[in-house]
Formats: sequence, C-alpha cells, structure tokens
Amino acid sequence: MPLITLTGFIIGVVFTKQSRPALEAFGATSWLPSLMGIAILKALGPLVTALICAGKVGSGIGAELGSMRVTEQIDAMEVSAINPFKYLVVTRVMATMITIPMLSFYCIFVGLLGSFVNVHASEDTSFLVFFKNAFSTLHFLDLNTTIIKSIIYGFTIGMVGCYKGFYATKGTRGVGMAANQAVVMAMFLIFMEEVIIVQMSNWIRYY
Amino acid sequence: MENQKDKPEANHLEPVIIIRDLYKSFDDQNVLKGVNLTVYKSENVVVLGKSGSGKSVLIRIIIGLLKPDKGEVVVLGQEVSKLAENELNKLRLRIGFSFQSSALYDSMSIRQNLEFPLTMNKKNLTKQEIAAAVEEVLVAVGLENKMNEMPADLSGGQRKRIGIARTLILRPEIMLYDEPTAGLDPITCFEINKLINQVQLQFNTSSIIITHDLTCAKETGDRIAMFVDGKFTRIGKFKEVFDTNDEQVKGFYDYNFIK
Repeated sequence: MPLITLTGFIIGVVFTKQSRPALEAFGATSWLPSLMGIAILKALGPLVTALICAGKVGSGIGAELGSMRVTEQIDAMEVSAINPFKYLVVTRVMATMITIPMLSFYCIFVGLLGSFVNVHASEDTSFLVFFKNAFSTLHFLDLNTTIIKSIIYGFTIGMVGCYKGFYATKGTRGVGMAANQAVVMAMFLIFMEEVIIVQMSNWIRYY
Repeated sequence: MENQKDKPEANHLEPVIIIRDLYKSFDDQNVLKGVNLTVYKSENVVVLGKSGSGKSVLIRIIIGLLKPDKGEVVVLGQEVSKLAENELNKLRLRIGFSFQSSALYDSMSIRQNLEFPLTMNKKNLTKQEIAAAVEEVLVAVGLENKMNEMPADLSGGQRKRIGIARTLILRPEIMLYDEPTAGLDPITCFEINKLINQVQLQFNTSSIIITHDLTCAKETGDRIAMFVDGKFTRIGKFKEVFDTNDEQVKGFYDYNFIK
C-alpha cells in the first residue's frame, strides 16, 4: 500500500510535469487533466500496480509455496487427504484477482491526486474542475477495460506465483529460483496482456 | 522401552499391505527392482537399508504420492495405483505418514497444525471435540504444554513427535514412518522408538518404519526387511536377518555400534 501510494503519486506528478511543455507549445495546458485521466486510468494505474504486485506479491507466493514444497508441507497436505491445489492455489489466485483491481483503482486515484497537485500549483485549477475534466473524455468502455485488465493481471500474478512455487525443486536454491521466475514470467505476461487488451479494446471501440 | 513381549501379536490372517513385484525408476536409475512384502495387522515392519537406496520411494508409492512403473500395492484391500482421487483420499485418511523432515506447517501454531487435518476432513466435529482430540494426541506424544507454540520454537525431536501426533489425530490404521530417528541424538532416538511402540499398542496400528538406524530397527521392529540394491534380500526377526554370511547384510550390522 505505501509503495503503491508513493509510486502512484510520483507518476501523477512527474507525468504531468513532463507533458506540460509539449502542451504549452500549442497553448493547450487546459487539456492536461483529461490527458492525465486517460493516461493514468487506461494504462499507467493498472500497469504500474500489476508490476509492483508482480514483484512483491508474485515473488512472495512463489517463495512461500516453493518453501512449502521443498520442506514437504505440500506432500503433508496430500497425505492428510487435503487438496493442496484448492487450499493453497485457488485461495491465492482468488485473492490476487480481487485485491489487484482494488489496488489499481487506488493507484489511479493517488496518481490523479499527484497530477492535480502539479496542475493546481501551476494553473490554480480547483479540485472539482480538475477531476471533471479528467473524466470528461473517458467512456464506460475505458472503465470496463481497466477492471477486466486488472482482474487478468491479478490472475496472472497469482497463477504464475503459485505454479512456480508449487513445482519448485532443488531445495532452497529452487525456492529462490521459483520466486525469481515468478516475477520475471508474471511481468513478461503482463506486458503481453497489456498489448493484447489495448488492441482488443480499440477494436471494440471502432467497430 | 516397551518390552517386546508386551507388543501385540501380528495377525497373519489379515494382511494390511501387500506389495507385489514393484518396480520404480527415475530417469535411468532403477530404484525398486521387484519388491515384494506383506505387512500384517498389528505388526511393525522395519525397512532397513542404506541412505539413498530408495526406501522412502517405497512408502511414497504406498501412500500414493508416487506411481509405480510396474507391480501392485494393495493397502487395506484396495490397489492404490488404480484408485480415483476421492477414493485415494478416503484411503489416505486410514494411513498416517510421518515425514523425515516432520513437515509441520510453519505458518500455523502446534494447535492449528493438529486441528488442520481434522477441520478439513471431518467437518461435522464441534470445537470441543476437535480440542479434545488435539489434547489427546498431544498427551500421547508427551507435548501437551507446547500447544500454543510455533514449529520453529521446537527442537528436532519435538517436531518429530508433533508430526506423529498430527497423523494420529485422524486415527490411522496404518502408520508409515520415514526415518523417524534421523538426525536425532541417542536419547531422543530412544524416546522416539518408545513412542513408535507406544503408538502401536495404544492405537493398534500396523506400521512400516523406514530407517538406516539399527537401534531403531531392533527396538521397534517385529520383523526386519533388509533392503539391498532395490529389493528385499532378507525378511524376518532381527536375529534371523543378521544371522547370515551375506557380506552386504553383515557389513551393515558390523558398521553399527550396537553389535
């Protein structure tokens, strides 16, 4: 949560700062709120949240399940007639599918707040006007895409972490490898999914 | 130590585990090469052999954690490799498996470790019944004062005892012990051996005890099965097994301090 707050706020401030000169050249700084609304809600918020969670949550799941595997705790569940897939994997994947969309919207809010701080400092724009403009160009499809995207990212992070941890081998070295691979693979898949989802939402928008 | 005379007589009319012509290999390494063994009701059979010889693979096949390449394992009248998942889980409730590493759940307290198999498998039990069951098995292993501690706070011997208690809570008919005394000091080994005999008496279990420790074998085994080069070369009472000129069996005995 603190990491997402800090990252989200800084992204909002920095992106607004970086975009200002380009818009100033056309006398279009009043478009900053809507530009930031589009950028943060449609792309940056969910993506940044997913990447942070892939690093923190994905590696945590990979390491936890990996250590359970190499210390025979998963085998202990199986011999006690407990389905470790249901108990360990399903619960974690469900948790990431629920929490990552929530964290994404929190990141979007904090990011827009950061952007507002910068815009307010330069143009004296009020809070209400900023947020009204930020959401003026957004459509229901954009909101839906963000929700679906975040759920997919959550599924990816949970599933990859669980998979890598569940099938960890080679003792403690394997636990480290599982945590590392969980992060790398989840991040790679998130980028691939981002491209595919953007492409698909554009198709839906235009046809 | 429990006197061997106090131990229940094995019922040779009632086999609980039958292993016939069992083969298992990993890549190009043949671990089991035609294993045959019958374990009868109320007896402790010790599988004795060198570390890394594949003894643990045998009990992992019995509990259904591994599939054999060839041969059959019949446990309590059911062939393990042919069971569907739900049938296998029902059978597993009748078998206790004590891991070499104890395999306690690190994130749970001792109480939660013991409650977990019960709450997941017997959902009709009340909180009082579960608490009573936990108390009973902790008393049986002599660690009733450790209920609220975490596994990381326990010694190796205590972890082994809790591991055994966790299997006992489901009232198994068969116990499978994987190296119960490995890595423990002689006094703790003595206590674990005593506990294995006590479990056999108190819970009327049949057991397979995997070990390379001759003291453990002598103290706990009604019969010894000598595992050499992927199969059992000699099966019988302790004295019968080591009354031989077989160099591999004699060597195993001669290198041990109890001769």
